[in-house]
Amino acid sequence: MTSPAEPPAAPLLRIRGAGIRRDDRELWSGLDLDVAPGELIAVLGPSGTGKTTLLRAILGLQELSEGTIDAVGQPVRRRGNRRIGYLPQARPLPPETPLRGRDLVGLGVDGHRFGFPVPRRGDRARIDALVAAVGASSFADRPAGTLSGGEQQRLRVGQALADDPRLLLCDEPLTSLDLANQQAVVDLIDRHRRTGAGVLLVTHDINPVLDIVDRILYLANGRFTLGTPREVLTTRVLSDLYGVPVFVSEVGGRLVVVGAPDAESSAHHHDGPDEELHG
Amino acid sequence: MNLADIVQAMFGGLPQYGEILALVSNSVWAGAVLGLVGGLIGVFVMQRDMAFAVHGISELSFAGAAVALLVGVDVVTGSIVGSLIAAAIIGWLGARARDRNSIIGVLMPFGLGVGILCLSLYNGRAAGRFSLLTGQIVSVQSEQLGWLAGICALVLLGLLIIWRPLRFDSLDPQSAAARGVPTVGVSFAFMLLLGLVVAVAVHIIGALLVMALVVTPAAAAMRVRSGPLAVPVLAAVFGVVSAVGGILLAVMGTLPVSPYITTVSFVIYLVCRAIGSRRDRVVRAAPRPAPAVGRS
Repeated sequence: MTSPAEPPAAPLLRIRGAGIRRDDRELWSGLDLDVAPGELIAVLGPSGTGKTTLLRAILGLQELSEGTIDAVGQPVRRRGNRRIGYLPQARPLPPETPLRGRDLVGLGVDGHRFGFPVPRRGDRARIDALVAAVGASSFADRPAGTLSGGEQQRLRVGQALADDPRLLLCDEPLTSLDLANQQAVVDLIDRHRRTGAGVLLVTHDINPVLDIVDRILYLANGRFTLGTPREVLTTRVLSDLYGVPVFVSEVGGRLVVVGAPDAESSAHHHDGPDEELHG
Repeated sequence: MNLADIVQAMFGGLPQYGEILALVSNSVWAGAVLGLVGGLIGVFVMQRDMAFAVHGISELSFAGAAVALLVGVDVVTGSIVGSLIAAAIIGWLGARARDRNSIIGVLMPFGLGVGILCLSLYNGRAAGRFSLLTGQIVSVQSEQLGWLAGICALVLLGLLIIWRPLRFDSLDPQSAAARGVPTVGVSFAFMLLLGLVVAVAVHIIGALLVMALVVTPAAAAMRVRSGPLAVPVLAAVFGVVSAVGGILLAVMGTLPVSPYITTVSFVIYLVCRAIGSRRDRVVRAAPRPAPAVGRS
């Protein structure tokens, strides 16, 4: 296991004046964000506002138009970073995928290695430990393509945690999971955060993660708001951000945002099948 | 053609089988090596959904070989050049599946047309003129057979070196890129290796039938197994059995090799499908402990 080289107080992620422009359209600009160890920040906003793009920029897969990003103590330069865990938006695997469940986790351990595919000493124990940590031992030997969405997602969390990353980026980790599996995945992410890792979590529905969120980064209209859930998720703040009247209210213990316009009218790009915040 | 003729065509060589076998032993070896590599690379072809690309590359490989025949240079070199050009174009322009299919759809008839034009202009021996399309390994000269086997060995080496990053990229390119896998380079290397395998297969089984050794064995293996080791090993075994078995059956008579190879690989696929669907039934009948999201 790797241990963080930087002192624990330093932010795991430091974004300064970051902006991304695409085809003359500004996704967002002037973004400043620090993620402290053990902090979980949810990234919200309508589709097409560049939430996935932000995660890709942190990983070095997307160039910034302006500004800088320091991740786990180093400026982002190269494409990809094994010191950051990444859970991209999930698609179910094809049924005939020639891998077992545990091999999904294994990709995080040795998937980047070139050379003859001979396992190194310790790989097997590492994979076993990760499989156990995400509670997947009972189904890890079954064909990956036959596992349920929740089972696949647990294994993908295991893959993302392969190098015990100090920074974890999750893109819609709960989409198309039933409530029990949503809770299980939230628990896994929260447990990793409690080891001192910083987490950035893109979601279209704040409710399943509301209890564990420290701050919210809300992107809309090329602008953003950053603050605690109580500060950001208010009728006044969101109306100001969207530029039209938006109502936040609590219905049956769940927060719902009513009247938020989709970014479609002003956006030509879509990061994925994410929707506007709903309850 | 009556029954006696058919029997003569299929089994006429049986009395001299040993002598014939000695004559074609190089072909058997080349077929074995191609079957092995074709089966292995086929696993990635299936995972990356590139069966159509294999067909497209093989038609341009045929065009390259036909041009080489016409201008009087080495045919194997011609097929490799055609193959690599096609693989590079598809790899470069067709990163997304939909783009890829349209590019292949555009390239393929053009390649076939060029090839047929060159064959029509070619004044050489009329016999074997279309062997590039339907294959005739026993007519390939032995020094060329050495080349073909050598190319296969090279592909095998390359494939093993990029095996794990390629597997990661085939399953989940976003995660692979995030973990520093050079996904563009790996994809491009895979296309070049695929191009080389296809060029070899064009000479052994023919441009129209390449998929019988590059797609079918892997598709069969994936029906019955799902382990990361079991599937490639089984696919390679199926490939070798198809190629070698086809050649051994064909030289009993005077018929071409290709229909035997395609038949053997097809029968293997049918058997695997039957086994696979029986296994699916058993899995479905057994109650599963974890809550399953409704997926087929």
